[in-house]
Amino acid sequence: MTFSANFSLVLPEVVLAISALLLLVWGAFSKKTTPVFTGASVLALVVAAAFAIHGPRGDAFNGVYSADAAATYAKVAIFLFSALAIVLGDRWLAARGDQKFEFPVLVILAALGMGITASAGDLISLYIGVELQSLALYVLAAFRRDDAKASEAGLKYFVLGALSSGILLYGASLIYGFSGSTRFVDIAAASHGAHGVGLLFGLIFVICGLAFKVSAAPFHMWTPDVYEGAPTPVVGFFAAAPKLAAMMMFARVLGDAFPGATEQWRQILVIAALLSVFVGAFAGLAQTNLKRLWAYSSIANVGYALLGVAAGGEVGLQSMLVFMTLYMVDVTGFFACLQALNRDGKPMETIEDMAGLIKERPGIALAMTAFSLSALGLPPFSGFWSKFYVFKAAIGTGDVMMQWAAVLGLVGSVVAAFYYLRLIKAIWFDASTGSVDVPSPSARAVGFAAAIFSFPIVLVALIWIDPAAKAAAAAFGHA
Amino acid sequence: MTGLLSLTTFAPLVGVAVILVARAIQGPGAKTDTLAKWIALATTVVAFALSLVLTLQFDAKNPGFQFVEDIAWFGGLHYRMGIDGISVLLVLLTAFLLPICIVASWKSVDKRVVEYLIAFLVLETLVIGVFCALDLVLFYLFFEGGLVPMFLIIGIWGGKRRIYAAYKFFLYTLLGSVLMLAAILAMISIAGTSSIPELMTYKFAPWLQTWLWLAFFASFAVKMPMWPVHTWLPDAHVEAPTAGSVILAGILLKMGGYGFMRFSIPMFPNASEMFQPLVFALSGIAIVYTSLVAFRQTDIKKLIAYSSVAHMGFVTMGIFSGNAAGEQGALFQMISHGVISGALFLCVGVVYDRMHTREIAFYGGLTNRMPHYAFVFLLFTMGNVGLPGTSGFVGEILTMTGVYKASTWTAIVSATGVILSAMYALTLYRRVMYGEITNPELKTIKDLDAREILLFAPLIIMTLVLGIYPNLVFNLTASSVDGLVGAWRAAVGG
Repeated sequence: MTFSANFSLVLPEVVLAISALLLLVWGAFSKKTTPVFTGASVLALVVAAAFAIHGPRGDAFNGVYSADAAATYAKVAIFLFSALAIVLGDRWLAARGDQKFEFPVLVILAALGMGITASAGDLISLYIGVELQSLALYVLAAFRRDDAKASEAGLKYFVLGALSSGILLYGASLIYGFSGSTRFVDIAAASHGAHGVGLLFGLIFVICGLAFKVSAAPFHMWTPDVYEGAPTPVVGFFAAAPKLAAMMMFARVLGDAFPGATEQWRQILVIAALLSVFVGAFAGLAQTNLKRLWAYSSIANVGYALLGVAAGGEVGLQSMLVFMTLYMVDVTGFFACLQALNRDGKPMETIEDMAGLIKERPGIALAMTAFSLSALGLPPFSGFWSKFYVFKAAIGTGDVMMQWAAVLGLVGSVVAAFYYLRLIKAIWFDASTGSVDVPSPSARAVGFAAAIFSFPIVLVALIWIDPAAKAAAAAFGHA
Repeated sequence: MTGLLSLTTFAPLVGVAVILVARAIQGPGAKTDTLAKWIALATTVVAFALSLVLTLQFDAKNPGFQFVEDIAWFGGLHYRMGIDGISVLLVLLTAFLLPICIVASWKSVDKRVVEYLIAFLVLETLVIGVFCALDLVLFYLFFEGGLVPMFLIIGIWGGKRRIYAAYKFFLYTLLGSVLMLAAILAMISIAGTSSIPELMTYKFAPWLQTWLWLAFFASFAVKMPMWPVHTWLPDAHVEAPTAGSVILAGILLKMGGYGFMRFSIPMFPNASEMFQPLVFALSGIAIVYTSLVAFRQTDIKKLIAYSSVAHMGFVTMGIFSGNAAGEQGALFQMISHGVISGALFLCVGVVYDRMHTREIAFYGGLTNRMPHYAFVFLLFTMGNVGLPGTSGFVGEILTMTGVYKASTWTAIVSATGVILSAMYALTLYRRVMYGEITNPELKTIKDLDAREILLFAPLIIMTLVLGIYPNLVFNLTASSVDGLVGAWRAAVGG
């Protein structure tokens, strides 16, 4: 394969890397962020997404990188949601006099890392992607460096993140040692049929490392603190694109490198998934801060997505992709609403703050109600369809363990329903406690758009999402 | 005519859109509220007219599904609608009760009127959708979607403990429903289709039927509600506004019975046969126990709520009797109970609007001041007791006849329910209506006004017409019920 052929396959990442560097230089010299600067960074992500859609398909650099349907699907979602995060975050920081040119650059770098992981065909490219993404995210978490909570969040995220990267790397080294290769295809070939203890040991470490990145229980401890401390639009970003990227890593490693060991990794994933669902459901009951609450909600949701991965195969991975896509819209919309809500210049972050919101800001209140009902999994909102896909895949495996896991997961969703109802109760039933500041137009627009997607657009959108995710899922396992 | 079913189902949503536009133009205010009420009333009347057309065009001789619409959706799902003899009257009942609900709320609801009306219209769409859906997932969509408007109706416009009641209603129902969702997903993966007509003829393995039956039972038993999972109902009824109670007792409870007839029996006939004694036992307990509980209530609404549970016991018993008489009786009882219990809740609403209390002890001697009201209340009390000539009698006698063939003991136990219902209903009537007025606050209470008489008139007519000429119902339901029973008998080899 010629260099130019390889190059054309990695074009989306190249666009992002060059734009990030150029923007960095531009920002360093102009020393202030203008709308043109923000616009250019958004444009870079959109162009990268366009290249991902229209670019050629195939494996680049001897299979280290694969531009297949799955990578395309994930990248389009990741890049577009990153672009959205820039728009939302930029306005939010500007309103607080904290606007810095590094913000868009860091988001682009994180998106670049996520793009690489989504396309990874090799443990080393996977690790490079993970680290690039994580390093950018650590800084983003602590972006408001004068804020004690944000700094704490950044530090916690960094220390625990570094530990998990170490675990991931250790697992990768074991896998390499026992299979003789870092490429997923070779690992799959070397281990076909018989998985030695060493290889499985390595796999377990890798799964633990990835579970940390995706904040699945029992590796979820950092999530609530980081969500609470980090700036709201950054949390909205954390909860969406990086989660999809981390799910893609699971799918890549398990689907591409260990398709023959389904029986073994399924057990681990099911336990992690159910733990996540129940930790998210029960711990969420005690929360009063909405950002912490949504942290637990995201833990529970990761549990559902993992159940889809655990189901495995085309159906299971399709369910995971559909789940994550719909979830990303919801969670982005929710945090957009949250960042739009301020009272006397102070962010409204607790459930009590939302009391009587339906009278103050009926539009945002309706949108937040839609997100709560969606997170609860109530039809016809998008959250129902995401759970529908996952549980259908889990039950459809015919594996008794998976079927019981699905039933337990459904029961867990009823427990979680209680705290979503608490939010709805505050919004609709309680008396208002004071006026709400005029929300920023961009956040409000994103919140409304996501709410309208959640219902009713999702009922039509799934007609396209369903086959797209199916085609993407079919790409796994053929690396 | 194709599309008529969707038109009926979604007509209320058109009303919602018109109301929203009206508010956007006029801005919030008392004028908008009045206009919204008229729009809502017009919409529900149109929906009722459409459902009447549907009923008149319905071919009673055809036991299959009619007015079928089928549009492919995504992932193998379909937007599939259709009605048969079992669902057609439930659609009609829903559309019949909704205008009454709107009129009943005309004066008693004064806060957030527009939202209130929207909640009712959305609920109407969802409930009609439940009865028309011919795709499992579509059914689940409508079935679960109904939780939200009802949650808001209880939570916003309810009484003092409304939040507790709203939570209890929501979580109880949700827990039942997710188990049903698991079963639905299992059925789709095993049978490879989500089409209800196809699944009705699909033969699931008997051991699988047991599990699926139990999962569906969890959902429908809560919805009915059956003893011992009925405890959400009294709370929800007591706290809900009058029209909310009417729709809850009149329509939402029927979704449980409908579910048993649409899913449990045709899809899991062997399991239904196996669990027949369980259902009979629970129904018998429900009839006797909740009747006794009703007797001890001090709140009028709670008393009627418990009596609803007892009457639903007749329905479940009849559905699982396994013969045409029982099934017909159950279906008839559902329709009749929808009318009578709805009317009784309206009766409670009449005095509650005037006095703002539902304590039985507060009242007494109302006949002296409210002769029209006394007549109306007496008529529906008699309907509730099951006096011959009212629709309540037909349902009870038929279900008991049907059950007698299946299990003599159950029939005997449930027959005591008839006496018990007379006991609590007549006691209630005596304490509220007869005697001298002792409470000075009641000295100035006013009799029914024109709006209230208008409200009760259609309900009175329905109760009497159905009581005297029940064939109006049976003509429509007979062939579908025979099909249902025949298929069940054939499947279990009896």
